[in-house]
Amino acid sequence: MHELYAILREITGYIYPNEVELHWGILIVVYPYITGLVAGAFILASLVKVFNVKEVQPTYRLSLLTALAFLIVAPMPLLAHLGHPERAYEIFLTPNRKSAMAMFGFVYAWYLMAVLLLEIWFDYRGDLIRLSQKEHGLKKWLHRIILLFSTDTSEESLKFDKKAVKFITVLGIPSAFLLHGYVGFIFGSVKANPWWSSVLMPIVFLFSAIVSGIALLLLIYMVTTLMRWKPIDMKCLDKLASFLFYMMIIDFSLEALDFLHRIYESEESIKILSQLVSSKLFVSLVVIQLLLGMILPLVALAATKLFPIPDELRRHIYFISALLVEVGIFTTRWNVVIGGQLFSKSFRGLTAYKMTLLGIEGLLMAIVLLLLPFLILYLLTLIFPPWPEAYETPAEAEATT
Amino acid sequence: MASFGKGIPDQIKRLSVVVILVLAAFFIGRMLLIPRDFGRYDHFRASALFDVASQEVEFAGQDICTECHDDISSQKANGYHQGLSCETCHGPAAKHTESPDEVTPFKPSGREYCPICHAYLASRPTGFPMIIVESHNPMKACTVCHNPHDPKPPQIPRGCEACHAEIARTKAVSHHVYIPCTRCHQTPEEHKVNPRTYRPDKPKTREFCGACHAEGSTEAPEAIKIDISTHGGRYVCWQCHYPHLPEAR
Amino acid sequence: MSKKAKRKQKKSRRDALKTLVKSSLLLFVPLDVPNDPKLAEELKENLGGYDPTKHLWGMGIQIERCIGCGRCAWACKTENKVPKEPFFFRTWVERYIVHRDGEITVDSPEGGIHGFQPITTERHILRSFFVPKLCNHCENPPCVQVCPVGATFRTPDGVILVDEEYCIGCRYCIQACPYGARYLHPEKRVADKCTFCYHRIVKGLAPACVEVCPTQARIFGDLKGRASPLVRFMRMNKINVLKPYLNTEPKVYYANLDMAVK
Repeated sequence: MHELYAILREITGYIYPNEVELHWGILIVVYPYITGLVAGAFILASLVKVFNVKEVQPTYRLSLLTALAFLIVAPMPLLAHLGHPERAYEIFLTPNRKSAMAMFGFVYAWYLMAVLLLEIWFDYRGDLIRLSQKEHGLKKWLHRIILLFSTDTSEESLKFDKKAVKFITVLGIPSAFLLHGYVGFIFGSVKANPWWSSVLMPIVFLFSAIVSGIALLLLIYMVTTLMRWKPIDMKCLDKLASFLFYMMIIDFSLEALDFLHRIYESEESIKILSQLVSSKLFVSLVVIQLLLGMILPLVALAATKLFPIPDELRRHIYFISALLVEVGIFTTRWNVVIGGQLFSKSFRGLTAYKMTLLGIEGLLMAIVLLLLPFLILYLLTLIFPPWPEAYETPAEAEATT
Repeated sequence: MASFGKGIPDQIKRLSVVVILVLAAFFIGRMLLIPRDFGRYDHFRASALFDVASQEVEFAGQDICTECHDDISSQKANGYHQGLSCETCHGPAAKHTESPDEVTPFKPSGREYCPICHAYLASRPTGFPMIIVESHNPMKACTVCHNPHDPKPPQIPRGCEACHAEIARTKAVSHHVYIPCTRCHQTPEEHKVNPRTYRPDKPKTREFCGACHAEGSTEAPEAIKIDISTHGGRYVCWQCHYPHLPEAR
Repeated sequence: MSKKAKRKQKKSRRDALKTLVKSSLLLFVPLDVPNDPKLAEELKENLGGYDPTKHLWGMGIQIERCIGCGRCAWACKTENKVPKEPFFFRTWVERYIVHRDGEITVDSPEGGIHGFQPITTERHILRSFFVPKLCNHCENPPCVQVCPVGATFRTPDGVILVDEEYCIGCRYCIQACPYGARYLHPEKRVADKCTFCYHRIVKGLAPACVEVCPTQARIFGDLKGRASPLVRFMRMNKINVLKPYLNTEPKVYYANLDMAVK
């Protein structure tokens, strides 16, 4: 309770007495960040299957596994922040049809089970059957259970797998849009909060999600390739960077549109919101989100398109740009979630957010939740090897090296 | 059975089993876990309504006090505090109504309690009886002079500032400080005991203020003079100027 | 197995089946507040003879009567055992000061429970007044709309309540309330708010804040009633509600509401 008294001293102007406690903290920043990465990674995977972008094929399976790893973690920050996590199952029992949030369980389950798991299952089935035939013990059984004891590797059945993957990906694109656009809708539909209430919110969320997902895969692809001592496929990397660049332009335009629209309409809330942006959010919004997370990487990526830059340097530019983008998108989530609670709904004052280090809603927890997907991704790569060398016989491997 | 599944790919058959299991678990789980009374009246647990309704009462309410304390009630009923509930001053008394001898309600004393309402605050509505606590008989408890069940000034207030402290304080720093209230406000004597029924009036003509402020007036030579035939059109002076603190200094 | 036991088993099986169907339907089909007299009778029985289908509760607030004594906020905390810390209020009082230069300052120290300090500014003040605030018990409540599990709801007599045994503590309702009327109960870890003292209403008592208001600045009553102080209040005054543009349709009505009030 004493931290609330500390906040009392930081309030400027007037806030409703019940607003001293800020309700959605760092964990609710982490949540849309993670679902954004899921959606973004999946959209990247769909580029290969639906839009036939052959260059980014090396990232296809990695994208799927990344999406799955992050999707597994996605509900954890939500659960951790609930007042009564043990009652969370009620959302499946008595979902309130009028509530945007009530659909979370169903959207999540749909995306996890009907899209990601299915696509991974069909895509890996043939390979896993071959793999399990060579394996022994626990790993063999694990793979056989995952395969649902399927052993059919006939031409016909592999063809069906391919068709199924394509079908699921087509279904998956709107589903990924749904998953993350929906998170945007949860914020965008709160009419009481002018910082959130915007019809553009789901779309802005979506494109920033795609940006963050592509940047993440670019990073993961580079790191995992280096860790395997394999050469980086520059064509793939260039293509990823291109997509990143174009998506960032769309994202930037949408956010600029939202910004302009607010300023031009200049509604009742404009005074307090401009106070917010120029004081409490200045560093995270203007400096980090806009300058470091958007403009700087945009310029850097544009430079790689305009000038002939040697591969080595280009790789560094890509890597640093992608890192900056990740930081930028994280602060985007921060500015939406925390920013939306730093001003009073009386529009007469600003309050403060004191993040705790420890505790279930603290910074450490957030860091753990952000690192956990990478651990899960590592485990997933053991079960579902995403790289071609895992499926080669020793003779083949010899031939390729 | 074998012919039934023909044509359906092996994968679909295997996945269907999983899907059916998941759906079955979902629906059986729902069946077991949904509270029985959920949705009986609307999308909520019916017993929640009854739980809230069964909360304990702390404030017994005015009526039940009257049952025992009819003498005080009837005294209060004719005074200025007739609208006050007993528990506004005496605190929550539901427990007292259950066991009157064991539980005694709070009884305000000293000078702490009454100023919660009657201390001067500029934001309080005009005419509400207020005092400057520091200067209003500072050594006496309120109830020495006032009966809280039938509060009256111990003597009829001599000056207007007893009730209109806000205006008195404003006027004290204005050029009109020497003008007595009654020069501008015709005040029936009953106003002092029955302030809301008998109200003072206000100047009705421009000439009233013109006595000092009209060009050519010899009264109050330091007062600003204006041509009252043109200045301000058809308005009475106080419709624009605030005579308790005139803006021209 | 005896015939009776068999029948019993059959019945329980039928009940289980019914629940299954009903619970599945609950997912998709709206269940309206029934005008079913049987259900109304049942409600009445459970509420000690009080019939919620016969009333619609609202509150009128006469701003020019409020003296900012804060007894309402104090009574509310006492009656409803609201945590004492100054971050949790079901009702509170705000003071508005409109300055000559147009600037508006507002304060509500500890919700007004211990009253207000005299204004000490040197600046010219145009007007100043107190405004009591509480849950508006909206007819179109955003908090009920957003609750994912149905833990906050509207009673048949128009009061918005929270089911503290069902609330998951997601706090979406707190975000959705435009009036800052909700808080998270620090011990119970569930959303909490004004109930219009529902436990008092069913016993024919007025809400605690109304009971103790020394100047009758708060008028509680039945909007379905024919002659009541609230109906007279609605007849005699020009009425406004807070943030009408949000279309929440509050049932707390303010007379002489100043434009400074938000």
